[in-house]
Amino acid sequence: MGLVENGKLPGPLTTLLNISRKYSLWVYQWGLACCAIEMGAAFASPRYDVMRLGVIPFPASPRQADLVVISGTVTDKMAPAVRRLYEQMPEPKYVISMGSCANCGGPYWDSYSVTKGVDQIIPVDVYVPGCPPRPEALLEGIVLLQERIASEDMTDRWNRDPIVVT
Amino acid sequence: MNTEASAQQLSYIENQASDARVNIELETEGMTLNLGPQHPATHGTLRIIVRLDGEQVVSAEPVMGYMHRGYEKLTEVRTYPQVTTLVNRIDWLGSFANEVPFILAAERLMEVEAPARAQWIRTALFELSRIANVVLFLGDMAVQLGATTPVFYAFRDREFVLNQIESVTGGRFHPNFDRIGGVKDDLPKGWIQETKDVLVRINSFCEEMEDLVVGNEIFQTRTRGIGIIPADTGLAYGLSGANIRSSGVDWDLRRDGGVGLIHDQLDWKVWTHPDGDSFARYWVRLQEVRESCKMVGQILDGIPSGPIMAKVPRIIKVPPGEAYVETENPLGIMGYYIISKGDLVPYRVKIRSASFNNVSITPWVLKGVYVPDVISILASLYFILGDIDR
Repeated sequence: MGLVENGKLPGPLTTLLNISRKYSLWVYQWGLACCAIEMGAAFASPRYDVMRLGVIPFPASPRQADLVVISGTVTDKMAPAVRRLYEQMPEPKYVISMGSCANCGGPYWDSYSVTKGVDQIIPVDVYVPGCPPRPEALLEGIVLLQERIASEDMTDRWNRDPIVVT
Repeated sequence: MNTEASAQQLSYIENQASDARVNIELETEGMTLNLGPQHPATHGTLRIIVRLDGEQVVSAEPVMGYMHRGYEKLTEVRTYPQVTTLVNRIDWLGSFANEVPFILAAERLMEVEAPARAQWIRTALFELSRIANVVLFLGDMAVQLGATTPVFYAFRDREFVLNQIESVTGGRFHPNFDRIGGVKDDLPKGWIQETKDVLVRINSFCEEMEDLVVGNEIFQTRTRGIGIIPADTGLAYGLSGANIRSSGVDWDLRRDGGVGLIHDQLDWKVWTHPDGDSFARYWVRLQEVRESCKMVGQILDGIPSGPIMAKVPRIIKVPPGEAYVETENPLGIMGYYIISKGDLVPYRVKIRSASFNNVSITPWVLKGVYVPDVISILASLYFILGDIDR
């Protein structure tokens, strides 16, 4: 898809591609801490049921994933693995940082072993605040990301500000 | 040289050589397999380095620290009421149960006792958080052995328990509700009846799991006789909770400990299982959910009226001293050793969490098992990473 990245594809085709990408987000579950359970509730529970949004939480490997949810505390020991996971994902790829720990360190802001914010190691598209965020908040983040994907122009993909769920 | 003897010698050498060739062909190379740090079959970020000979595990070594967040050091710079906010997040599935031993230890140092109603509310929430915790295990162990449906059921019914916890405490996950000298708020209106409905739902979930999982032939084949832990070995490794009760040790701190909860006023039973295998661990936990439902039901019927807070100063300074309190948390025994120097903050807090000891037996129990059984054993030992690394 090198043409798309250079922005050389005609408009209607880009729109079509964007719609297809929007409704087939394969999300890799990177469960790290408490938020992983809320992410599990959003993805696996009948009450929240993320698959109705076209988000498929079953890729076996990051190499098949479009979206990764960093859910929970990233420690300094874990940070290299997070970085490596991100590098394995194919472009275009998106990152949702879920929970205060992944956003900024959260309650461990003065801990010696916690990375204060996953955005220090990988670029983040959506911040979902909360400790832990409710599953609804994660779904809101996914919906906002889908809206952005629908109107995305690959040429200025990296110039946009991240979304913050409020 | 005698020709006959040399022919004999030759055939002997040939036989030896062919034996050696067969041995070389059958010998497999050792292989090192990394389970984790991120693996679908782990509850978070435990990494286990497994050395394999073919399908068989030669040695297994858990690598911890991927979720180490430094609780013990952080508690030294938080005031006593702030510490409960932190320790909520140790065992994130049964959050309220984490606060209880800490608060009890601080109360022991301050020599205050919570009023009766506060103790009953505490016990009700303690048992509800156990239900919320173990219900997820009942679904999760099945999903790790290849049955996808139970985990959906578990999440479905767990939501109702979380709703009840939320309507009392305001927090779905991390209540931060326990206070030194009582609890923060009283029960909301209509809570008792709603909780009874939820208990009916959880009981029917247990029935469902009994039919769907425990009675399942595939499940039984994959768990019976797998990962047997004898009682003395389990005790030597410091196992606690349902893991040691499923090895036949009749030991439950709710009954034997005598700390500031009111389990001794309730009618319930400690379940044990003589086998000590993966199946026993699942079965004991299933029965414990039922017992917890029974306990919560009795609490709802018998909860006394009265105040919910004892008289404590507005700014809490704990007098100098040391105290250790442990309780039977969903994962096993959890204890806090607090040293106070009469300050606003603890001087030192040592946290004894159950999963750290429970997972320390993995090198012993995984030795010699086959790779698919590794998953079954790890799932049935039931650890939570925040509880291991703290």
